[in-house]
Amino acid sequence: MLKFILKRLIIIIPMALLVVTLTWGLIRIAPGNFYSGEKKLPPAIEANITKKYGLDKPWYVQYGKMMWNIVQLDFGDSLKYQGQSVNEIIWRHFPYSATIGLLAYMLALLIGLSAGIIAALKQNSLFDYGSMALAMLGLSIPNFVLGPILVLVFSLWLFWVPPARWGGISSLILPVITLAAIYAAYIARLTRAGMLEVLRSDYIRTARAKGLSEKTVLLKHALRGGIIPVVSFTGPALASLLAGTVVVEKVFAIPGLGKIFIESVFNRDEPLTLGIVAFLSILIMVFNLAVDISYGFLDPRIRYE
Amino acid sequence: MNEKNGTILSVNDLKTYFQTEDGVVKAVDGITFELKRGETLGIVGESGSGKSVTNLSVMRLIPEPPGKIVNGDIIFDGVDVRKLSIEEVRKIRGKRMAMIFQDPMTSLNPYLKISTQLMEVTQLHLGHSKQQAYEHAVEMLRTVGIPAPENRIDNYPHEFSGGMRQRVMIAMALSCQPELLIADEPTTALDVTIQAQILELIKDLKKDLGTSVILITHDLGVVAGMTENIIVMYAGKVFESAPTKELFATPANPYTKGLLKSVPDPAHEEGKPLYQIPGLPPDVAHLPPGCPFAERCERAEDICEREFPPFVQINENHHSLCHFAKEVYAESINQGSTIS
Ligand SMILES: Nc1ncnc2c1ncn2[C@@H]1O[C@H](COP(=O)(O)OP(=O)(O)OP(=O)(O)O)[C@@H](O)[C@H]1O
Ligand SMILES: [Mg+2]
Repeated sequence: MLKFILKRLIIIIPMALLVVTLTWGLIRIAPGNFYSGEKKLPPAIEANITKKYGLDKPWYVQYGKMMWNIVQLDFGDSLKYQGQSVNEIIWRHFPYSATIGLLAYMLALLIGLSAGIIAALKQNSLFDYGSMALAMLGLSIPNFVLGPILVLVFSLWLFWVPPARWGGISSLILPVITLAAIYAAYIARLTRAGMLEVLRSDYIRTARAKGLSEKTVLLKHALRGGIIPVVSFTGPALASLLAGTVVVEKVFAIPGLGKIFIESVFNRDEPLTLGIVAFLSILIMVFNLAVDISYGFLDPRIRYE
Repeated sequence: MNEKNGTILSVNDLKTYFQTEDGVVKAVDGITFELKRGETLGIVGESGSGKSVTNLSVMRLIPEPPGKIVNGDIIFDGVDVRKLSIEEVRKIRGKRMAMIFQDPMTSLNPYLKISTQLMEVTQLHLGHSKQQAYEHAVEMLRTVGIPAPENRIDNYPHEFSGGMRQRVMIAMALSCQPELLIADEPTTALDVTIQAQILELIKDLKKDLGTSVILITHDLGVVAGMTENIIVMYAGKVFESAPTKELFATPANPYTKGLLKSVPDPAHEEGKPLYQIPGLPPDVAHLPPGCPFAERCERAEDICEREFPPFVQINENHHSLCHFAKEVYAESINQGSTIS
């Protein structure tokens, strides 16, 4: 088990470097660069900058130098925000995304799991139809529509919560709900399907034949198998929730990582883009590893070499 | 008290139907039988004849919806199981009547240790403490022939072979010394040598514990040496019921004769294909008005297609559902027995 974890952790390094390389390649292939903005720079200054950032060197030298720095976890300074290191910027903005992401994740799990389980238990009941219709709705409304609707109703009509910006718990409510909705919907559907599948299985019939109460059958015998499909979904889901979603951060004016990431791409701020990409890819791989490990705890048939 | 020779289970005109998109599936349609204490009853029939549904009905384990017991009495030790509340049924299940299922590979919970699955039964029904339940579980595994049970008890099901899992299922079913054990094709999924071992085990345990057993199978060969009485099912109906010896010696139903002919015979010529009843079991959602077996029956006549056959009494304990039951019976007597 420990060996398995170590092996997977080590693999993360070349994978992250590969992702960074591909991103770097894409940035370089795209025409123009940070300095080819609207404002034309005097040739002397441009020559200076070119020299400072090594842009006159052949591409493989530039690539090698960048990779060497990245391996040491040094992403350099942002081009746009002069004098600020990429690491600083990431750590400044990540907590906003992470807070909202984590809350949304917990909310989505809470709602999704309980709705899914109840729907499965009361299959074809009013609750089942109602919650699944709602889940369908949750899946089909994009969050750039849901967000503004929530703002309109709860901020601008009812004045319950502030419409946007960071500040106090009340300001978290709408972005968290907006972010959680689609995940809650998806988890509810996965849970229901997983539970229904398990509840039909032979070993549940065996459990009932033993005279166990419905509660024991459900919690002790059915739940584990039923939520395995959910577990495989929640790892990547958590990663992308923590990474911040551009749309929700934009709608609610939250200074999170997603917002910074998009801006860095528009600004052609290469070090910042690469830094965030590396950070996110590591984050996602770590969560996938966590999912695989938790499989081992849920399903005794899975053994890690 | 005449406990010893009393009736442990009597099922009277049981009907269990399923509501499906295809219409009403009359999986069990008027089954009657009786099981005496300490005896074994064989229920035999082709796939889909309603054997499992009959016994799941007895345990009140029919999934509802789509299923429903629509008629009949299920008298277990003097009490009509159908009239009990689900809580009362739960007190009987696993304690006084237990069931072993066809496929040991899927009937144990893959996520829980064998010990957990065994212990919960006696903790629930016998009020065992953890310690007691654990020791009892080890003992049960020893009884069903698991070697070194104290080392194996904390394994997971996937660490056991199919035959071993069926032994675990038997241990689980017998943990509370039930009065009735229902074994639903306990050996179908196992290979031949293991089959014989498991049957032997059930036979021995039954003798030691005095348990009454219902043994379900589609292979008449299996029930020959194990049962006192047999009922033969087809399309949700009892086609023939008789004491085992009599059924084998003088069957009074063409369907039973077909089943008997398809039993592998030790004297059977190597390489010669086994006999099979021609055709397929009918769709129980759309049964014809006449005898459901008519179109596959060698001796069917016009009346068989037109009219539903009567349940003919051959003698006190022998009945057959056939227009020509008496004639078939007479033929059997004339031919003498082929299998004894
Ligand atoms: N849950 C269900 N929903 C609909 N139909 C069902 C259900 N369970 C059983 N049936 C139907 O009831 C009929 C009898 O099934 P049953 O399982 O009792 O057959 P069986 O005699 O046990 O066969 P086998 O030897 O294959 O186990 C079949 O036609 C089957 O399709
Ligand atoms: Mg069956």
